[in-house]
Amino acid sequence: MMIVDRRPNPQGKSLPNRQRFLVRVKAQVRRAVADSIDRRRISDVGADEEVKVRVAGTSEPAFRGAGGADGDYVLPGTGTLNRGDRIPKPQGGGGGRGREAADSGGGEDSFEFTLTREEFLDCFFEELELPRLTRTELGEAMLSKPRRAGFSIAGQPTALDVRRTMRNSLARRVALRRPDREDLEAAEREVIEAVAAGDDARLAAARNALDLMLRRIARIPFIDPIDVRYHRHERVRLPASDAVMFCLMDVSGSMTEHMKGLAKRFFMLLHLFLERKYDRVHVVFIRHTERAQEVDEETFFRSRETGGTVVSSALAEMLRVQAERFPPGAFNIYVAQASDGDNMHADASAVVALMARILPLVRYFAYVETGQGEEERFGAAPGQETSLWSTYRAIAEGGARQLAMRRMAELRDVWGVFAELFRKDPVGVVP
Amino acid sequence: MTLLFDGAEWDFAKLDATYRACEEIACGELGLTPYPSQIEVITSEQMLDAYSSVGLPLMYRHWSFGKRFARDELLYRAGMQSLAYEIVINSNPCIAYLMEENTMAMQALVIAHACFGHNHFFRSNHLFRQWTDAEGIFDYLAFARRFVAECEERHGLAAVERILDAAHALQGQGVHRYLRRKWRLADEEERARARQRYEEESHNPLWSTVPGSDRPATSARAVNQAKATLNLPEENLLYLCEKHAPGLRGWQRELVRIVRVVAQYFYPQQQTKLANEGCATAVHYAIMTRLHDRGQIGDGAYLEFLASHTAVTRQPTLADANFQGWNPYALGFAIMRDIERICTEPDAEDALWFPAFAGNNDPWGTLREAWAEYRDESLVRQFLGPKVMRAFRMVNLNDQANEPAYEVTEIHDDSGYRRIRSLLADHYDPARAAPLIEATDVDLAGDRSLKLTYLSRHKQRLHDASARQTLAHLQALWGYKVTLQEIDADTDRVLGELSAEA
Repeated sequence: MMIVDRRPNPQGKSLPNRQRFLVRVKAQVRRAVADSIDRRRISDVGADEEVKVRVAGTSEPAFRGAGGADGDYVLPGTGTLNRGDRIPKPQGGGGGRGREAADSGGGEDSFEFTLTREEFLDCFFEELELPRLTRTELGEAMLSKPRRAGFSIAGQPTALDVRRTMRNSLARRVALRRPDREDLEAAEREVIEAVAAGDDARLAAARNALDLMLRRIARIPFIDPIDVRYHRHERVRLPASDAVMFCLMDVSGSMTEHMKGLAKRFFMLLHLFLERKYDRVHVVFIRHTERAQEVDEETFFRSRETGGTVVSSALAEMLRVQAERFPPGAFNIYVAQASDGDNMHADASAVVALMARILPLVRYFAYVETGQGEEERFGAAPGQETSLWSTYRAIAEGGARQLAMRRMAELRDVWGVFAELFRKDPVGVVP
Repeated sequence: MTLLFDGAEWDFAKLDATYRACEEIACGELGLTPYPSQIEVITSEQMLDAYSSVGLPLMYRHWSFGKRFARDELLYRAGMQSLAYEIVINSNPCIAYLMEENTMAMQALVIAHACFGHNHFFRSNHLFRQWTDAEGIFDYLAFARRFVAECEERHGLAAVERILDAAHALQGQGVHRYLRRKWRLADEEERARARQRYEEESHNPLWSTVPGSDRPATSARAVNQAKATLNLPEENLLYLCEKHAPGLRGWQRELVRIVRVVAQYFYPQQQTKLANEGCATAVHYAIMTRLHDRGQIGDGAYLEFLASHTAVTRQPTLADANFQGWNPYALGFAIMRDIERICTEPDAEDALWFPAFAGNNDPWGTLREAWAEYRDESLVRQFLGPKVMRAFRMVNLNDQANEPAYEVTEIHDDSGYRRIRSLLADHYDPARAAPLIEATDVDLAGDRSLKLTYLSRHKQRLHDASARQTLAHLQALWGYKVTLQEIDADTDRVLGELSAEA
């Protein structure tokens, strides 16, 4: 009998099976993920919690009976039943007992299971990327990664290549005719037999042979330093892409709670997305009323402030930060802006002027306009353009390819708009 | 004697001492002959792992195991399903998994149950002796896992999955029900290699009758001869595909074979659930009671054992909301205890029903024989006595498809005993577990289509949607058109026909 403690064994043995399963139900998982972003509070998305996904259609079919057949079933009774008693069949069960028996093999094929946060976010941001990201040519922005590069005769013990070492050792031992254990045992036997036979000449010869073997074995080591090989690793330098994302959010009084919710949700997604997919993306948060201000993440998402609206202040602030810290030669520059579209008329020309300076610098400028929810919309004529939208539209129609614009009014739009703006192939200008 | 352990905490020394004490009783007093044991202590997550791959460690990779894991994990975390205390594997040495969460009393129970009860059954029961190879299973699984991984690398995940999915669907039709030759898993890997060599060197002459070729029209005799090698009718559809499917490549045949071998390995377990659990439960009950009698376990531990034992052997009646059919632990244990009683304290009824062993005073010898030579169906037919039928108040319900109610046709009285016993035994007949589907014809000279026949008994039809999907899987393996006829066994009338085409 043997007792083995398997508890320290590596965990997650079924992980490859799980991955295969996830591939299998990918379409459903992605649909569920898109749904869940609407239903969940935004703070949940990034939180360390799990996401439940209901999947169906992963049935494993087999030939089985349809139920409803005639049959006899011997069962544990109650002691009160007698011949001729009738027991009504359960309603809606169709075949009753027979069906149960037949179904137990098939198993239900729709069930809920839990995605880890990692898996959830993987699904979430799959196929999304920052458009037009290019490599910035800068020496210091190089990444270095170790890569296997052949073998060497020196190295750390952990890098020892046992197979290659033993191969060399074997070749050397064969070439130098180092006796192996069988030879040695045969020679020893010969000596013993010669002693037993009392044949002096034979004994001398056998002793000699054995002696020679022992000396050979002592001379020729089993493993010689020249046999030893190590894996060699080389650090290769990879060009890196540095990027910066400016998040501009309007927090003025005209933004209703609903609109702010939309905007925050959008930026939360954006933040998660960048955090997850890009190691080297800087994020700058700027919020504005009639004054703009660079803030940290916490303030950006949590704090409340109200005031008038001057969009150009945010753009100016963005340019200031950019000029200070992010030279366009070294960074891919992205801007995402969310606003309800209200802007002072007097500010329009300032916006146009600033945009003319900004757009040549950036790879992509995504503008999201938050509309009112259905329950808030009273008289406002749908389709009527806001002042900022018309300003931007004029710029986009003037040939600014970097500018993309989308509207969203309901929570359920957020994911769609986000996914559209950050598809692998960048979207055109106005939808 | 001194106590083996005290309190709930377990450690390896206590496990070892308990194992030895159990062994003394099992092998010395009860005369059991188990394989040597290997006890492995695992966590609940590892237990879930083992669950998902049908209890076999080292199983090849497939999404369905991931699905099972996801589902079991959710049920377990939600508290809707508790994990088994143990899993035991029919191998030599016999591997038994113990959960680390168990108390020491539970570990003792599990050791008695798995390491001696199930283990003895695996080694002695004739079905396991004939059909499974306890020596070779782990090497074979390791080979299977390696082979599947190699195929995935060489041919892509999707291509491998397609074959495994199809083969899994046909598992129920993938076993030989009658012995052809002793199965030696150690030869399997060598055979797989030989197949690859052969494949590279030759082609299959069976399919050289290419339609439309200008060779002289294939004579009826040649076709018949070729057909004879197919050995129709064939109920093992996986075997048929592996050996004769026209389009499969060598590695695909090997994948089909792997699924088939695993299905065959489990075939005895399906037929002996009642007998196997009955054996293990009777053995753990005897061992634990003896340990208590000998003063090796305390009253507290013994009570804990009894509580657990009683829960496991509970049988709800058909009127109970929790009724889910027979509990194999309950029925099996009752039958074994009854045999024991008949051997030692027979009454007049027993002498009439079981003259062969009533009062022979060799309960364990009689039980050992019952475990070695019977499967569920024959065990019930041979050993189910009137006392047990009365204890469970067995009744027979007759179910007619077009009637709104079941009718009680037999009860546990003098005129009903034999009929009830016979009907219950029928229920354990493996022929009833899986629908009888046979390959009956292959159009060798024509379009190579494969014809299956389903013999419908008691008006039982096939579940249409799943039959269609399964047929599509079979079509994927066979490569050409596959049709399935449902035929009424009594009247030979054709009830329906399904087909799947490429």
